[in-house]
Amino acid sequence: MRITCPFCGERELGEFTYLGDAKPQRPAADAGEDAVYDYVYLRDNIAGVMSEHWYHGGGCRAWLKVTRNTLTHEISAVEAAAGAGAAKVGA
Amino acid sequence: MAGDQANRLTSGGLIDRSTALSFRFDGKAFLGFKGDTLASALVANGVKLVGRSFKYHRPRGILTAGSEEPNALVELRSGARREANTKATTAELYEGLEAASQNRWPSLNFDVMSVNQLFAPIFVAGFYYKTFMWPAKFWEAIYEPAIRRAAGLGRASGVSDPDHYDKAWAHCDVVIAGSGPAGLAAALAAGRSGARVILCEEDFVLGGRLLADGGTIDGLPAAEWIARAVAELTAMPDVRLMTRTTLFGVYDGGTYGAIERVNDHLPVPPEHQVRQRLWRIVAKRCVVAAGAIERPIVFAGNDTPGVMMASAMRSYISRYAATPARRIALFTNNEDGWRTAETAIAAGLQVAAVIDARPHVSPAHRSLASKGGFPVLHGAVSSVDGGKNGVRKISVSLTGGARAEVEADGLAVSGGWNPAVGLTSYHRGRPKWRDDIAAFVPDGAPPGMVAAGAANGAFGLGACLREGFEAGAAAARDAGRSGNIGSMPVADDEAFSISPLWHIAGKGKAFVDQQHDVTASDVELAQREGFQSVEHLKRYTTLGMATDQGKTSNVAGLAIMAAVTGKSIPETGTTIYRPPYVPVAIGAFAGHHRDENFHATRLTPSHHWAAEQGAVFVDTGLWKRAQWYPRAGEKDWLESVTREVKAVRNGVGFCDVSTLGKIDVHGADAGAFLDRVYINAFSSLAVGKARYGLMLREDGIVYDDGTTSRLAEDHYFLTTTTAKAGLVMQHLEFCRQVLFPELDVQLTSVSDQWAQFSIAGPKTRDLLKEIVDPAEDLSNEGFPFMGAREVKLRGDLKARLFRISFSGEMAFEISLPARYGEAMARNLMVAGKPFGVTPYGTEALGVMRIEKGHVAGPELNGTTTAGDLGLGKMMSTRKDFIGRVMAGREALTAPNRQVVVGIKPTDKGRHLRSGAHVIPKGETPGPDNDQGYVTSVCFSPVLDQWIGLGLVERGRERIGEIVLAHDPLRGEDYDVELCNPVFYDPDGGRQRG
Amino acid sequence: MKYSIFSLARAALSGHKNWKPTWRDAAPKDRYDVVIIGGGGHGLATAWFLASEFGIRNVAVLEKGWIGSGNAGRNTTIIRSNYGLPGNTGFYELSMKLWERMEQDLNYNAMVSQRGVLNLYHSDAQRDAFARRGNTMRINGIDAELLDQAALRKMLPFLNFENARFPIQGGLLQRRGGTARHDAVVWGYAHAASALGVDIIQNCEVTGFTRDANGKVTGVETSRGNIGAGKVGMAVAGSSSRVAAMAGLRLPIESHVLQAFVSEAIKPLLPNVMTFGAGHFYVSQSDKGGLVFGGDIDGYNSYAQRGNLPVVEDVCEGGMALIPMIGRVRLLRQWGGIMDMSMDGTPIIDKSPVDGLYINAGWCYGGFKATPGSGFVFAHLLARDQSHKEAARFRLDRFQRGAMIDEKGQGAQPNLH
Repeated sequence: MRITCPFCGERELGEFTYLGDAKPQRPAADAGEDAVYDYVYLRDNIAGVMSEHWYHGGGCRAWLKVTRNTLTHEISAVEAAAGAGAAKVGA
Repeated sequence: MAGDQANRLTSGGLIDRSTALSFRFDGKAFLGFKGDTLASALVANGVKLVGRSFKYHRPRGILTAGSEEPNALVELRSGARREANTKATTAELYEGLEAASQNRWPSLNFDVMSVNQLFAPIFVAGFYYKTFMWPAKFWEAIYEPAIRRAAGLGRASGVSDPDHYDKAWAHCDVVIAGSGPAGLAAALAAGRSGARVILCEEDFVLGGRLLADGGTIDGLPAAEWIARAVAELTAMPDVRLMTRTTLFGVYDGGTYGAIERVNDHLPVPPEHQVRQRLWRIVAKRCVVAAGAIERPIVFAGNDTPGVMMASAMRSYISRYAATPARRIALFTNNEDGWRTAETAIAAGLQVAAVIDARPHVSPAHRSLASKGGFPVLHGAVSSVDGGKNGVRKISVSLTGGARAEVEADGLAVSGGWNPAVGLTSYHRGRPKWRDDIAAFVPDGAPPGMVAAGAANGAFGLGACLREGFEAGAAAARDAGRSGNIGSMPVADDEAFSISPLWHIAGKGKAFVDQQHDVTASDVELAQREGFQSVEHLKRYTTLGMATDQGKTSNVAGLAIMAAVTGKSIPETGTTIYRPPYVPVAIGAFAGHHRDENFHATRLTPSHHWAAEQGAVFVDTGLWKRAQWYPRAGEKDWLESVTREVKAVRNGVGFCDVSTLGKIDVHGADAGAFLDRVYINAFSSLAVGKARYGLMLREDGIVYDDGTTSRLAEDHYFLTTTTAKAGLVMQHLEFCRQVLFPELDVQLTSVSDQWAQFSIAGPKTRDLLKEIVDPAEDLSNEGFPFMGAREVKLRGDLKARLFRISFSGEMAFEISLPARYGEAMARNLMVAGKPFGVTPYGTEALGVMRIEKGHVAGPELNGTTTAGDLGLGKMMSTRKDFIGRVMAGREALTAPNRQVVVGIKPTDKGRHLRSGAHVIPKGETPGPDNDQGYVTSVCFSPVLDQWIGLGLVERGRERIGEIVLAHDPLRGEDYDVELCNPVFYDPDGGRQRG
Repeated sequence: MKYSIFSLARAALSGHKNWKPTWRDAAPKDRYDVVIIGGGGHGLATAWFLASEFGIRNVAVLEKGWIGSGNAGRNTTIIRSNYGLPGNTGFYELSMKLWERMEQDLNYNAMVSQRGVLNLYHSDAQRDAFARRGNTMRINGIDAELLDQAALRKMLPFLNFENARFPIQGGLLQRRGGTARHDAVVWGYAHAASALGVDIIQNCEVTGFTRDANGKVTGVETSRGNIGAGKVGMAVAGSSSRVAAMAGLRLPIESHVLQAFVSEAIKPLLPNVMTFGAGHFYVSQSDKGGLVFGGDIDGYNSYAQRGNLPVVEDVCEGGMALIPMIGRVRLLRQWGGIMDMSMDGTPIIDKSPVDGLYINAGWCYGGFKATPGSGFVFAHLLARDQSHKEAARFRLDRFQRGAMIDEKGQGAQPNLH
């Protein structure tokens, strides 16, 4: 597998670390235990196109959102996480 | 006569008659020529018997001339370089080659195990599933050892591989597998267009089937055309032709695996050279021009030495000028097989007969038959008479029912051609059936890959060139190359006609998978017993599971299954194709990553100094850390460690702690950020102060701990444990970039930038004064406990100083640029001499942390909560943080959890051991009263006894209770007391002093 | 048809023409008391125990392809009960005891080979963790031995004791651990279950559930029509999330690819099963002679049943670091299976929140060794509607309660288990 890092260009799988499904959003502080349980433990586990978190630890240390097909491993899009790159001061 | 190359033609072939090579097979000396394979040299010397089969120990010869060979497997080389199951058909001959036959005892000619053939009526497919069950104990003792000894073919060397392997990357526009007409044409088109091309050819000569079958291309004889094409390609700077290189697999993102046999054609790799090289080729496009494999027909005695694939026979005669037989019969069901008769006649050999399963034979072939004076028999071979010395006689069932016999010493067989659909199917694609050629062809391929030529079912020379050229041109175009591709090489298209024929029923064993001794009746038995799916067929009979992965047997096997189940071949389907295309040495995948170089080694800044001191090092992750510093006269590690601990507790010592993870946290929101990732607050930490912090995972379990200091309003310096340095960085980046992108914070990993030393003991200040600038105030008031700030060292160097203590003593940690780390160690030794400074290693560090009851790796084991560690009160209730909500779940806050407690044997002389379990006193140990275990132990010089920490059910409520330490693994049971985990200086006066 | 050396010899006289199918290839009936989705080892074992232990014989096992076509047919065949945490230890030992009588139970030789499973350690910390685990085993009545380096040098002199990056210090040995012939386990359960009346239905893919007005599952929709069921149990590792989704459930499971490898067959070289403690590599030698080995999962969600080169290299590096004599042995075939990776690395055997649907899932890459135990406790759950005591902690709600069974201590990060 090769992932095109928006900062570094196309790089080999070995440079990246996988985290998992990028769909679950961390609940707000007051969301309650069920919401957090859902966030931490439950997965759609899609057989098909899914959005995932990958970390370019062997490169620029950016967290990426990668759109990938779990049936074919085909990658159709890569974007940097909202906070990747330089800090957005005051944003 | 064997030994004298009696079966070598006097002229022709691609061998170098001027370079004779001597070699040995089963101890007997032979001669061959440069350009030979071991198989061709054996053929030239009249050797027919080359091996014994897996189960029945039947005599076997050479079936093919390529990497699909099931029979002619040998142990190549000797000693530590012995390679089992090496295909004689691809092993390049070299001077002094040694090979031995396999799976026979005492000799190939007289193999005692061939008695197995007598039991053949019982040893049918899957017989072992039905027996060897009683009594149960006999399986491991008797049956299985016997089966294991009988199974397997060759013997591995049994000693460490002395050779080296390399791994390399290559990047190109177009990678091409195969250098036959399609592959060369593809390379020409792609190369001319300006594409960067890599062509991989597993053979040691370019040309593929052209080398044996010739032909006319662009009006030139094939050999001349190859030479011209190769010359043109060689002249192109961006084209790389790699012989002895097999493209064996395709992976995601256009990554291909290839194995280059760099020096297998030499007795021993030249000094400083590798045996083989694993290539990871990244290519925008791939053209598979891997050709096709001729397939056998299943009939009784089809495994007799001397029965050979028709194309292989042509290869031996034309390419190697070696004659497998003097009087050849040919059995074919297709047009292509006839080439062997033409080749044999051209070489002056006798053709005994052509047995053609088709109803009609072309006029051209008829006239060849009359010219060559041999009969054309319409029908099929029903059996072969012969044995270990080869073929004697062939029985033929003629169309219409009559029988005929043919005297011959060799039988060439052509059952048609199977395109090499491996590479195109490795992404779990299934090939599709084509009736016109009676074969499976690729049905799609992994992204970027296309098959051309025979690999795509185009068997004619003209079609191969056309498909190859067009595929090469298209691949280059797709890769963005648009140069002039020139003219396409042209050749005539031969007609190809075939009448599918798989199996001729008859008496005697008819083999489908020759290496695994799977017969046609085994396939029928599998069907009878319900193993009808091709995958069940494969698994029950082991069809196609041998070292050739069924390259010559799978299609015939499923065709026979289709016939007995009344289904069509496409309905029956194929098994899954899996890489590698040819077996690849495990050593090649490992490359240089073995022995000391298995993983990288990280050295601390003071490593070389520590090595000079004679330190004993311990592996901590990738780090080598000084474990202790033995001194002359010390009898064991314990004496050294105890001395180091006492030196610290009574004087001063230092330890390189640079392996800790170090992260600079900058930004206006740095404090707010740390509040979210630690359970305790950091935004409230004053500038110039340090604080111990604990991080949880989002599931509420403790992740890591460390000391983090505030060096400026918007700058924190965070430390992690050694083990989690990289992971915490990753986790914090996730928090920053994904969870909290709104925060103004930046993280910089500075683990490698700072050397860090712990300096500990009551004389620490005395020593430090010699190191830091005299203007720096190190007094308790000027630099109180948990203070942290930048200081100037003598000599104007800046450093960071932290008044933190892991040992429990008055202590500082000092950080300075890593390049000064070694100098600092030397300076501390010189400056500390008056104070008796003692370097200490990780063991003493560990002893002192256990004496102080600090938790570390064994307690932070990924299942403990902050409460379990006695740190529950650190969890802030006034802010959200990672893990807060999940940490509150009922089972994680249950009162009966196992929590950290101190443990010491009641018998002070007793050695406490980690891993011992805790059982209530007086009870018989069992799963229901297993209340915890000892996590960390040490010999405490202060208490003069072994002490430890443990995780024990309700441990903190049970201080003072005597329990049983139960250690059945080491045969020990003894009483221990649960106690306060802070064994030393519980009120902390020493570290604040 | 009873299998033995005598029946084999008798059959030989008639050219093996009289053997009957190993199991009946059944066509679906309208309704069964219990329908098991998944004709792998676990599903077939469940059916056999339902029929043989719990007297429920009106059972169907539905398999979308051929039986054993999932992970039962593509694993590395190791059996062991060397687990360290409550909930696991007792369960895997129950399973081990069932392995020890399997062949006699089933009248099928699954080649259960108790040749020993050895976990190597390379540091004091690893030794301590193994001591803890080994003692847990012993306290649970399971055999375990802690070996030092000297003992290992004698037992396995070919290991890399010299020049090693991470020198071997010792190992934890379970002599009763070993291997079994994976396909034969499937066929053995099919053979025995079929003989007791269980319908084994291949090429029958479940496409949905039929539910009554209260939402209770009343059967399954399949590629071969609807089939009614008193209860439906799913044992479809690799596809658990997909099947559960048909009932509207989300599971604490991700699907990951695990690769495995086999070498060319060679004469006996490795006597037992061993795992490297300083890298990702474990190996045993099959009775046929191939070295069967594997390592870590690829690390990303996947249903592709194939993996990538970095893991192949990582595994072979581990192999060469541990056993440098295998350098010239050739890797013959690589493959990949879909692992049901749960959030704590431990399986789930429980009633689902949907009435009538029972779940057997989340086996990660360790399902093969559990086959008989899983079948037994799942059959118990289906028959009695309550968990067997050795599976009482494998509850689905343990994540909500915080009662994870996390042997590796990696938390809710499936690719790290």
